[in-house]
Formats: sequence, C-alpha cells, structure tokens
Amino acid sequence: MQLQRKDILGLQEMSPDEIRLILNTAESLKDILGRPVKKVPILRGKSICTLFYENSTRTRTSFELAAKIMSADTTSISTAGSSIQKGESFKDTLLTLEAMGMDVFVIRHGASGAPHFAARVVGSHVINAGDGMHEHPTQGLLDMLTILENKGTFDGLKVLIVGDIMHSRVARSNIWGLSKMGAEVRLCGPRTLLPNEIEKLPVTVYTDLDEAISDVDVVNVLRIQLERMNRGFFPSIREYSRLFGINKARLRRAKRDVLVMHPGPMNRGIEITPDVADGEFAVITDQVTNGVAVRMALLYLLLGGGGNVGAA
Amino acid sequence: MWALLRNGRVIDPSRGFDEITDVLIEDGCISRVGHISSVQDIGRGQGDVYDCSGLVVVPGFVDMHVHLREPGYEQKETIMTGAQAAAAGGFTTIVAMPNTKPAVDNRAVVEYVLKRGASAAVHVLTAGAATKGNEGVEMAEIGDMVDAGVVAVSDDAFPLQNADLMRRVMEYAAMFNIPVLTHCEDKTMTADAVMNEGIVATMLGLRPWPRQAEEIMIWRNVLLAELTNCRLHIQHVTTAGAVEAIRWAKSRGINLTCETCPHYFSLTDEALANYDTNAKCNPPLRTAADVEAIKQGLADGTIDVIATDHAPHAQEDKEVELQDAAFGMVGLETALSLVITNLVKPGVMDLPKAISKLTIEPARALGISAGTLTEGAPADITIIDPEFVNVVRSSEFRSMGRNTPFEGAKLFGKVVTTFVGGEIVHSIKSLKSEEAKAGV
Repeated sequence: MQLQRKDILGLQEMSPDEIRLILNTAESLKDILGRPVKKVPILRGKSICTLFYENSTRTRTSFELAAKIMSADTTSISTAGSSIQKGESFKDTLLTLEAMGMDVFVIRHGASGAPHFAARVVGSHVINAGDGMHEHPTQGLLDMLTILENKGTFDGLKVLIVGDIMHSRVARSNIWGLSKMGAEVRLCGPRTLLPNEIEKLPVTVYTDLDEAISDVDVVNVLRIQLERMNRGFFPSIREYSRLFGINKARLRRAKRDVLVMHPGPMNRGIEITPDVADGEFAVITDQVTNGVAVRMALLYLLLGGGGNVGAA
Repeated sequence: MWALLRNGRVIDPSRGFDEITDVLIEDGCISRVGHISSVQDIGRGQGDVYDCSGLVVVPGFVDMHVHLREPGYEQKETIMTGAQAAAAGGFTTIVAMPNTKPAVDNRAVVEYVLKRGASAAVHVLTAGAATKGNEGVEMAEIGDMVDAGVVAVSDDAFPLQNADLMRRVMEYAAMFNIPVLTHCEDKTMTADAVMNEGIVATMLGLRPWPRQAEEIMIWRNVLLAELTNCRLHIQHVTTAGAVEAIRWAKSRGINLTCETCPHYFSLTDEALANYDTNAKCNPPLRTAADVEAIKQGLADGTIDVIATDHAPHAQEDKEVELQDAAFGMVGLETALSLVITNLVKPGVMDLPKAISKLTIEPARALGISAGTLTEGAPADITIIDPEFVNVVRSSEFRSMGRNTPFEGAKLFGKVVTTFVGGEIVHSIKSLKSEEAKAGV
C-alpha cells in the first residue's frame, strides 16, 4: 500500500487509514535506527531538499537524518545565506531548486499555507515541516506514534494539550490526528491564547488546568513563545507558570500512568518544571526518536516505496 | 447623428420606469424614451438603429469605489485600462480612490487624475484624500480639491484612527456639501490580520480579523456624522452587525448612505480554505450569516449602493504567501454577473431594484447627475443580457488586474454594449439592425 497523495500538508485532510499506514510504516522502519549500521539503500538516487524559512534544530536534523539513513541525497537551504536574502521570491526559489531535480521539498515557513502554495508551484512532493500557526503534521504523527507505543491504542484516550493553542501548529495537527483516531482531545490555556471558535473542532476547551488535567492519559505541553509577551496575551511569565505550568502537584490529578510530552524546545521552569521534564512520566526524548521514524516513513511512502518495508 | 435603441426592456430606476420601448439618442444625449413608430419620425440626418429586443436597456452604472492605481502603481492598473474595464462592466462613471502614490491629496494630483481621465473610455471622477499623504495627521486641502473637482473625500485604505480628526474632517467637508467616504476599520484590532475571525481562520492558522474592528468604527463614524451633520458614506459593509448599526442610524435620521461589494454577498471566508490569495481582501470575506444579512440589508434598503472596490494587483503582488499577499480583488468586469446571479436570480430583489443600486443610488450618494435615462441627460447607457451565461475568464479582462476569486465561475448576465455620451465604448456583438439603412 502507498500513500495516494503528492504532498503531506496537514493531518486535517488525512484519513484514519492513511494515518494508520504512516504509523505502521514508521514502526517498522524504526528498527533500522537500532541497528549498528544505520543505512539502507531504499531511497538511493533521490534528492531531498529541506527549505527552512524559520529556525529549527530538531525538525530539520530529523528530516535530514531520515533521508540519509535511507540513502537519499539531501540539500539544505535556509533563509540566511541564500538568495532569499537577495529578495528572491518563494516561487522563484522553488522553481530554481526544482529545476535542479529535487524529488521532495521539506518546507518550514512562518506563513500559514506556504507549503500549499509550494505544492501548487512545483510538481515535486512537498512535506510541511511546520507552517505558521497552521499545521506541523510530522510533529502530530510523531506524537501519535509515541502515544501508540505507550498506550497501544487511541480509542478513548484522554489527551490534554496545554498552552498557547492560538499560535500552535503542533496543537492543530494533534487535534486533527488524535480526534480522527478516536482519542478525546482537551485543550487548556489562557482565554487570550485560545483562538476564536476553536470549540467547533472536536475538542473540549478548558481554562482551568486543574479541571482539564483530571484523569487524562496524556499531557502534551506546548512551548510558550516568549516573543508573544509584547502583544499582551498574558500579564507575566510568573502568572502564566502559576496558572498553566505543568508541575508534579498538578500531574497527580492525571491518570497514574500519564505520559508527559513536549514538542520542544522547552522553557524549563515556565511551562514545565524540570522535575516533570526529566521525570518518570516524560517521553520527550522518545518523541525525538520517533520523529526520525515518522519522517523516514513519509519519505518512503511518498517516493514510491512500494516494496516490503520489513525486507529493507 | 442619432442612434435608436429599439424594443429593449428599458429600466430607469431614477423615475421608476420599466417598459419595453425605444430610446433615442441625439447629439450624445437621451432625447426621447418611448415608442418611435418609424425612423422617418426622427426626421433628421443619419443614424443607427440597434435591435435591443430580448435585452435590457439601463442607465450606465456608477461605481463610487474603484482603485485606478495611477499615479504610482501603473504596473497594477492605469486610468486608461481601469476605464476600459469599467466600460466592459457597464460602468460609465467611476470614482477613483485617493490611495495612489503620491496620494490624491492636493489640487495638482486631482487635476492630473481628472486630465488623464478626460481621455478615458468612461467618466473618471475622483475622491480626494481626507488627510495629507493619507497619513491621518493633518487635514488635506479639501476646499481646494473640491474647487479642482473632487466629488468626495475618503480615508479608504488608510482608515482614520483619530476620532477627533475624523470629526474635523466631517465638519469641514460638510461646508462643501460633499460626502465623506469612510473605510471603517479599527486598526488596533487588525494588526497582521489576514482573514475573518472564526472557525475557518482558526483551522487555517491565519491571523484573525474580528468583525468588531469594522463595527466599532461604523458606530463611531455614525455618531460623528450625527454630531457634524456631515454626509457620511460607509464603504464596503460586510457584517451583520454593521448592517444593524446602519439600520439603527438611518432610523434615527442620521444623514448617511452605505455600500457593499459583490464579493460580500457572493463569497464567505471559506473561499480562503485553500489559501487563495485572490480571496484576500479588506475588509475580509465573512460568514454565511453575514452574507444573508448583507442581502437582507440590500433588499430592505439599508444598503443603498453596490460598489466594486475594484482593486487590481500585479501578479507578483498575489503569487506569494497568503500573509504577504496584497489585499483586494478586481470587480468591474464581474459585478453585473454577480448581482444577477446572486441577487436577482435567487429572488433577493428584482432587476430594477438591483439596477438602482448600480445607478441612481450611487449618483445620489455622491450628489452627481448620472445614473438616469431622463430625457436630456447624457447618453450613458448600458445594454445588458440578464440571461447570458458566461464563464469568468480573467485572461479576457480589460483590467490589467487578473486577481479574481471567481475564475471559472459560471454566472448569469453580461453587458452587451456600453454607451458613453452616445458613443459605443464597449460591445460584445453588433446590435445594428437592417432598419438603419432605411433611415439613410
């Protein structure tokens, strides 16, 4: 089975079957990461371009590693040091790189919808590596893989996403992916950071964290973006931490086997206390490992990996 | 020279006229509306007879809200091409907005625009900027601009945030009895905003533009109009709450008119679901409930005028990431089709009422003599075929702007021929009949 789509732009438009296929494929490919020689030839001769208009450590490295493990060639373009700084338009940058034979564009962009625009401009595959406040589908998938590995199912799981929902592409991808797979999604954050009419999505919305966290199976803690402070969404870091920070005492209200996740980079001591981030319930580094597996799966499925993954 | 428009359904909402009859044009003016039994009766010189049977003959449309981009942005549109687009859309009088570069904020630029407009296909009028450089700081020389020929002042594209300054502009403009055309937007609520606030923006992750940003400013300006007794005209009304505010103001006897644009009764914010930059406009497309309220407001007369806010942009302004794309869409060449398809066909209003909002209503709001088929008036006449089915093809536009969200839409109604001062400025087919020869 293959993915019947040219691009991976978001989880909103993805079917449960597609999500299942990606997660199963990722689970199989993850074995390779544990081998002494982490290299398979399945994408030999394929060119993958990571095109990043925003800074990133983990997502970019993760994509590049995923490609390299499968023997694809990678090219990295970032805003600094490229013709983008000379004023080249996004469209022209894409057409130029496509003319060099790129098979896949992995795009991170500050503008929501930029990967959709790219997908119309180029015939190559486009994978959204995070667009503005819209979606971050590979993060959503790696979060789901992490949950699935630990819980075995999504059915009936209560997953709380806490923090700056309004500006979070991670939240949107998680909402779509998890709700499609049968989980119950709860959102919690200051009212000023919950976007208008969010309650029309398949979620339950809270502004009281103690209530929201009660009895949940998973807590996914979003990064608070300190640069948002000047827009006056909340009065102080101190108050944010008091009302919406995840600490040990709060975590006791959740299920006893609760998973604590964070997409990184973390602000320790603000949205999450260090003892929770490093504690027994945290699976934050597992998320990072699963990120490589999920990105391998997507590249493999998009680039016509029709063969048997197990034999790879 | 004369021209006879034969057997059309002649609709002139300026005097409630609606009959199948003839219109005679002589020396560039309408000389007679009524049956003419034979061309011999005309009794003088050579002329043409146009067979208008099955067609509708209406006053040339008046668009009180267009962006002609000249001077300064000639890569988007010029006065000449904008006027050609107007002619193709059946508009014979257009009012240019002053957000050019330099702004239309003094006599010299007013005279430049009017001089360029004098040789264009249709009557080109202009509004002057309310403040110098559209900066919202100092009032422009409104008196001198009125003397040079502006028909209104406007803060379009640069909404006046300072209430006290808006009050002074209104008081001052009232002295010259010209309307103040206001773009109502509280910019403190719309920083970086891209589209209507609501579930669609939330899903797309686009910065939300609350309806209240428009409504707050409408309420403010309505109250200031009451204070100053200025002729207020509210541009591009888009929300249900805005319609309510205006309804209240009118019931209170406040001196105001308002407009909406075809896209605000034809599309919702769902049009942005695929990040289509051509659907990005200011104010933004709203929700289905707003579209219904706009239609209701048009039907009950709360909304007087249909204007296009024709906003042409170059390809490079729109072929970019949505948040960086320019606001606005072209409108002159799709307006009539959208009015017929979305207002007349579904029964929101009948054709004469719809035509009134494109003709006599904007003329009244501006206080100009246009939009009528009264005998003696200039022969600015549009002949339309309301049943003509056409598919929108931006490649066929006369406008330099191709930025329409209606590309490929199948719409009813088409302008067949447009006359300005008795001369044909646009025609998609010849209506000349054999009868003409008899007149020679």
